[in-house]
Amino acid sequence: MMLDKLQLLGQKTLDIFARTGRGGAFLLHILYVLPATILRPALVIRQLYYVGVQTLVIIVVAGLFVGMVMALQSYIVLVDFGAEESISLMVALSIMRELGPVFTGLLFAGRAGSALTAEIGLMKSTEQLSGMEMMAVDPMKYVIAPRFLAGVISVPLLTAIFMAVAILGGYFVAVELLQLYDGFFWSQLQNKVDFYEDLLNGMIKSVVFGFVIVWIAVFEGHDCLPTSEGLGQATTRTVVHGSLAVLGLDFILTAIMFGV
Amino acid sequence: MNTRTIEIAVGFFVAAAVVALFMLALKTSNLASYGQAEGYEIKAHFDNIGGLKVRSPVSAGGVHIGKVVSINYDTKDYEAVVTMSIQPDYQFPKDTAASILTSGLLGEQYIGLDPGGDEENLQPGDLIEITQPALVLEQVIGQFLYSKAQEE
Repeated sequence: MMLDKLQLLGQKTLDIFARTGRGGAFLLHILYVLPATILRPALVIRQLYYVGVQTLVIIVVAGLFVGMVMALQSYIVLVDFGAEESISLMVALSIMRELGPVFTGLLFAGRAGSALTAEIGLMKSTEQLSGMEMMAVDPMKYVIAPRFLAGVISVPLLTAIFMAVAILGGYFVAVELLQLYDGFFWSQLQNKVDFYEDLLNGMIKSVVFGFVIVWIAVFEGHDCLPTSEGLGQATTRTVVHGSLAVLGLDFILTAIMFGV
Repeated sequence: MNTRTIEIAVGFFVAAAVVALFMLALKTSNLASYGQAEGYEIKAHFDNIGGLKVRSPVSAGGVHIGKVVSINYDTKDYEAVVTMSIQPDYQFPKDTAASILTSGLLGEQYIGLDPGGDEENLQPGDLIEITQPALVLEQVIGQFLYSKAQEE
C-alpha cells in the first residue's frame, strides 16, 4: 500500500522530467525548422491574423481601463501630498516596467495561447498531423513553426499597443476628468522616464514572455492526449502554466533589470 | 477569410504597434533628449556629492543645461570627481562655481552652476575650481548642536 504510493510519486516525478525534456527537444525542433518557415511568409501572416489581430481588442480595452484605474488610484494617494502632477509618472512607470508586459502576457495566454493549444490538439486528435506526415508534408514546418513565429512576433507588438493605450487612458483621466494641466503630464514623463531603463526593459520582458507562452501553448497542443478530455486538460495547462511562467519570470527579470 | 483582408488587417496591426512604440519613445520617454546630449565635458571636485547620480541634471539659474556623465573617486586628493556634459550652446566663464543643490525639500540632487566674471570661457575638459559640497543632514545637525553647546 505504502509502496504503491511511493511508486506513484516516483512515476509522477519522472513524468514531469520526461515532459520537460520533450518540451526542450520540441523547442529545438521548432528552431531548427524556423528558417524554412521564414521563407513562407504567407503562412506566418495568416497566423499573425489569428494570434495577433484577434487579440488586439481585448488588449486595447484592458489597457485603456488599466491606465484609467491606475491614474485614478494614484490621484487619490498623491493628492494628499500635493504631488498630483506625478500621476503620469506613476502610471507610465508601472505600465512600462511591470503591468504592460505582464498583463499582455496573461491576456495572451488566455486568449491566444489556449486557442493555439486547442487548434493543434484537435489537429492531432483528428489525425490531421499524421495525415500531413503521410503526405510527406512536415507538420512542424507548416503547422507548428508558423504559429510559434506569429506568437513570438505578436506579443511585443501587443505589449507596445497596451502601453500606449494605457498611458492615453491615464491621460484621459488625469487631464479630462481630474483637470490636471496637460503640460505637466507629458513633461514629467519626458524628464523622468528613461528610454533604455524603463521602456526597453519592458519590451525585453515582453519578448521573453511571448517566447515562453507560445512555446508552452504549441507544445501542450502537440503533446496532448488525443481525446476530448486530454484536449481540455492541455488547454487548461497552457493557461495555467503560461500565466505562472509569466509571473515567475517577471520576478526574475525584474530582479536582474532593476535589482540591486 | 480572404487572404487580402488578412494581409490588410495584419498590416494595420503592425503599423499600430509601430505608432505606439514611436509615441512611447518620443512622447513619454527621454529619448528625444538623447540626441542633444553631445555636449562638452567639464569636471569638478567635490568633498561630498551626497545623493548625486549619473544622469542627474546640471542647471544654471534653474535652466537645465546638461547632465552628469560620470562620478569617480580620486584617491590622490580623496575627493569625488564629477564629470558633466554641458550643451555646446551654453558657455561659462572660467571662475564659475559649482554647487550640489537639492530640488525641493526632499527632492533629487542636481549641480547648480553659478557664473563668475572671468573673460575667458571654460574649455572642454577644464576643471571647475570653486565648488560647494552637498549638504549632509547629519553634519548640519551636528554643527547646529555644537554651536548650541558653545553658546551655553
